Amino acid sequence: MNKDVEEAKIMKIQSVKDLEKITREYSTSLYYPESIKVNIGMASCGIAAGAEAAYNTASEAFANDKAVQIGQTGCIGFCEVEPLVEILANGRPRVMYQNITPDKILDAIDDYQNGLSKKKWILGQMRDPRSILEGEIDNPVGKVEPFEAIPFLEDIPFYKGQVKIALRNCGYIDPDCIEEYIAKKGYRALLEMLDHSEPGKVIETIKESGLRGRGGGGFPAGIKWATCAKHDGDRSIICNADEGDPGAYMDRSILEGDPHSVLEGMLIAGYAIGSRQGYIYVRNEYPLAVKRLVTAIKQAEACGLLGENIAGTDYSFNIKISTGAGAFVCGESTALMASLEGNVGRPKAKYVHTVEKGFRDGPTNLNNVETYANVPAIVLQGAEWYAGMGTDHSKGTKVFSLVGKIKNTGLVEVPMGMSLKEIVFNIGGGIPKKKKFKAIQTGGPSGGCIPERFLDLPVDFQKLAEVGSIMGSGGMIAMDQDTCMVDVARYFMDFLKEESCGQCNPCREGIKQVLDILTNICAGKGKEGDIELLEELGSMIQKFSLCGLGTAAPNPVLTTILYFRNEYEAHIRDKKCPAGVCKALFHYEIDADACTGCGVCARKCPQDAISGEKKKPHTLDQELCIKCGICYEACKFNAITIC
Amino acid sequence: MNQAIPQESDQHIETEVDFVELDTIIDDEFGNDKENLIMILQAIQRKYNYVPQPALTYLSAKIGIPYSKIYGVATFYSTFSLEPRGRNIISICLGTACHVRGGERVRERIQESLEISDGQTTEDQRFTLESVRCIGCCSLGPVVKINEDMHGRISSDEVDRILDQYE
Repeated sequence: MNKDVEEAKIMKIQSVKDLEKITREYSTSLYYPESIKVNIGMASCGIAAGAEAAYNTASEAFANDKAVQIGQTGCIGFCEVEPLVEILANGRPRVMYQNITPDKILDAIDDYQNGLSKKKWILGQMRDPRSILEGEIDNPVGKVEPFEAIPFLEDIPFYKGQVKIALRNCGYIDPDCIEEYIAKKGYRALLEMLDHSEPGKVIETIKESGLRGRGGGGFPAGIKWATCAKHDGDRSIICNADEGDPGAYMDRSILEGDPHSVLEGMLIAGYAIGSRQGYIYVRNEYPLAVKRLVTAIKQAEACGLLGENIAGTDYSFNIKISTGAGAFVCGESTALMASLEGNVGRPKAKYVHTVEKGFRDGPTNLNNVETYANVPAIVLQGAEWYAGMGTDHSKGTKVFSLVGKIKNTGLVEVPMGMSLKEIVFNIGGGIPKKKKFKAIQTGGPSGGCIPERFLDLPVDFQKLAEVGSIMGSGGMIAMDQDTCMVDVARYFMDFLKEESCGQCNPCREGIKQVLDILTNICAGKGKEGDIELLEELGSMIQKFSLCGLGTAAPNPVLTTILYFRNEYEAHIRDKKCPAGVCKALFHYEIDADACTGCGVCARKCPQDAISGEKKKPHTLDQELCIKCGICYEACKFNAITIC
Repeated sequence: MNQAIPQESDQHIETEVDFVELDTIIDDEFGNDKENLIMILQAIQRKYNYVPQPALTYLSAKIGIPYSKIYGVATFYSTFSLEPRGRNIISICLGTACHVRGGERVRERIQESLEISDGQTTEDQRFTLESVRCIGCCSLGPVVKINEDMHGRISSDEVDRILDQYE
């Protein structure tokens, strides 16, 4: 599957015409394959769910059979039902199969060939596999008779309402194949720009598009580019791929599914700003992303699209990959640059901005993966097109990772301004196991928890800030009745205490004090005045910390106090944890009326604390119970209650 | 971030460092470039499963960075371990999605079962337990990664069965 650069028939690309030649050649394999084509979603998430084993099984089975071709793609977003496998053939609809583990892959291929009877295995058929950039080509399945009684993928709640710009190719192309990227209009923006756009005009386009940084701060990208271009010196282009927010993984998905879109975005930024060197700072925890980036860089270099004299022009640009080493603070721009220089990742005070004096003291432009992935689409389709989507101050689309207590876990890309309710309940399918929605956490450890009453909030940079949270990199963690908000605040403070670089007092000492108070509250040792003290400490940390990590650190605490003060009070005054998370503040009981005596809890209990006769209500020995929660999760009759 | 320097009791398992091989890593792979310090340390850790102290001393002389600074970098980033790690590395994901789905309970169960806490290695060198912040497989939460194997959607009662698969 890994097309080695040496093996591939790589040609030096000099013009748009060369791209068109490749497009013609590869649209056959993308859209009109001569054999049956099986595309297995092989991003980290898919592989963890069994996609690689499925790929190996299928490759082995069809090693000598030219009628079936096995291929890989990136992640198509719907992680909940991975491994996802798309099967297509010329003249037949394209069908997406779900939950295709290694034991099911051969049957799924057989099912596609022989009648599509396994309805439960089928997620849907595709109405239109073109990306948003391919409007001028005919819909490859436009004239194909669709299968009866199989829903269209585009009509499934999860995909309905999504508009894919940054994720346009994820799950649709082989990430290790530059030609497939080119066949989906890849590198077209770069070459057209080199042909007839001055750098200043490109910056204007990005400015007019209203694109804001997708990494957390949301600073307008065009303004950043323009300021960086204004300053003289050895300019650098950096891509922040150190995706540190827990619960957000869109950057990983883009790097693993469509690495060339990021390279092209950086190449465009380099040309616009006047730089000849780019760096990608990528998390060491993402080995597959690194591998695919390395392959992509080698291929782009071999094609003459990266390196010296790109496409025969005067423009030269190189990209180096550096791996991070597990420090959340390195998502902060100055800390990241320190780390790139081989130093400890400690932020600097921004008296002088990095666009003037950043990496190696030269003017530096830093954007994240998702931001760069949007750039080629904007340059190709125009600023107006992009600015036509979204809200007044937040243009275009945003990728969110819907995770936590939600039915349809996955990556979704929607226009800015869609309401939280639509995202969580329509696309995300709501909360599983008939539990009650409690809050949605956005923005990672720097963000906040948004309660139910704001579900109609249109999601954009401003609106999230108005309710005390932030957009961040787009993580959305759904929380239900079983999530304790005090524990969530404690969790984030624990995270930030570990990740604070320790150089400024308010952050280092302040977070520790906040954590100590929260830990006490969770342990049942909370006292009157704690809430007020937390508020006071929080406001101090916000005001006086040096960098963004510190100034945003109290957000999870302050928003949970603001919206879930009653839970704090229950912990402090009543010594109760209503959600049943803080062990010192609750115990389990068996509801004799609801208990059917099925015995599942008794068998699963690691302490043998539950006993009783079959078909009769069981009893729980409080002395032995360690509150591990196994019985609570296992009981199908809601007979284990939190008291 | 807070790894201790090797204790005396660890001395008997101090790894022998091959300095010629170190040279290959530093010169050939990373061009003897100070800016590549973090990646050099990662390469050393990949080779030895941790960063042995003699390698740090050698690196300091070779690349021209004071030992104190190298030590600072090696202890600042959570990836690096200055102590020998076990044959199997358990990485428990403590990302938010895993946390709200019960990741903490899984960690407690592992700690109880192996009688070690976060960052420690079992006496028989079989396991090292490390917590990581989100590996981006949130749909499978709670997730535990053992070496390169991903175990998803696990509950605390499955922990022992999973650990038994590793020698």
